[in-house]
Amino acid sequence: MQVKINGKSEEVQGATVLDLLKAKNIDPHMVAVELNHTILERDHLGTAHVKDGDHLEFLFYMGGGR
Amino acid sequence: MNFTDEQVTRYSRHILLPEVGGKGQKKIAQSKILIVGAGGLGSPAAFYLAAAGAGTIGLIDSDLVDLSNLQRQVIHQTPDVGRPKVLSAKEKIEAINPDVKVLTYEDRLVAKNALELIRAYDVVIDGVDNFPAKFLINDACFFAEKPLVHGGILRFDGRVTTIIPKKSACYRCVFKTPPPPGLVASCQEAGVIGVLAGIIGTLQATEALKLVLGIGRPLTDRMLDFDARRTTFREIKTKRNPNCPLCGSHPTITELFDHEPEVCDLKQVEA
Repeated sequence: MQVKINGKSEEVQGATVLDLLKAKNIDPHMVAVELNHTILERDHLGTAHVKDGDHLEFLFYMGGGR
Repeated sequence: MNFTDEQVTRYSRHILLPEVGGKGQKKIAQSKILIVGAGGLGSPAAFYLAAAGAGTIGLIDSDLVDLSNLQRQVIHQTPDVGRPKVLSAKEKIEAINPDVKVLTYEDRLVAKNALELIRAYDVVIDGVDNFPAKFLINDACFFAEKPLVHGGILRFDGRVTTIIPKKSACYRCVFKTPPPPGLVASCQEAGVIGVLAGIIGTLQATEALKLVLGIGRPLTDRMLDFDARRTTFREIKTKRNPNCPLCGSHPTITELFDHEPEVCDLKQVEA
């Protein structure tokens, strides 16, 4: 199926958001995830189903400043 | 307050703007802006806010200038190495614009001092380099109900967002808690391209001035991410999260607290 991840269209496999993160080797603790503009609870990543046309944002922590 | 002839000349390029004018310049002259961290982001923010004629600039930082800071912390210069950052920054600000009152706090922002300090200001700029402090600033601005201009830089990426407590998404609406220690690079070992501090810090100063002037559209409910490798900006829409532990419908954070300090260990981090 085709989804948008961080603004880019991608062909992905997997049923849930957690599947997509795993496929990209992203530790769920390193990101906040928005599915169609709504923040997902980290506990729900494994139950949040992804469907064709969904918009996902993987927001990484950005901590520096000095 | 009335401006002297010299001040009218100094601020003429502001006064010429219909959105600013003499009235707006007075707002700037009466504004009190707190910059937390006199480093990479704090340097350009302080420079431009000083030049703009901000009434009071508060600077809080407990560090001394280190040689490795000079690659990006442009308010500090080679002879400043070893001196308190707040002192070094205060001198530069006063040299740019003697109209500005600079208040310095050679200290760390912690739960114990944050609220009292922040309450004395109109706008807060986050220029700190670690997550415990970023979360503390977010929480303190929420409790003090002060607008916050958040910034972050890492490697080739930067991020800015403006938070108006109880009105727009806060940092915890998106990132509930700091990342587990050691998982995400935020400390000095990660590296950062120096100019990013200038780009993000000046955006933060722009946001602060807009808030003071009450003009335009603040960078609220949006995160602006900058990628220096590709020179692209991307805006990510955010919104208040009803499950936010701080500003949600059933908050679990009801008072200010300090998160565990970060351990600077990046062994587990993949770059």
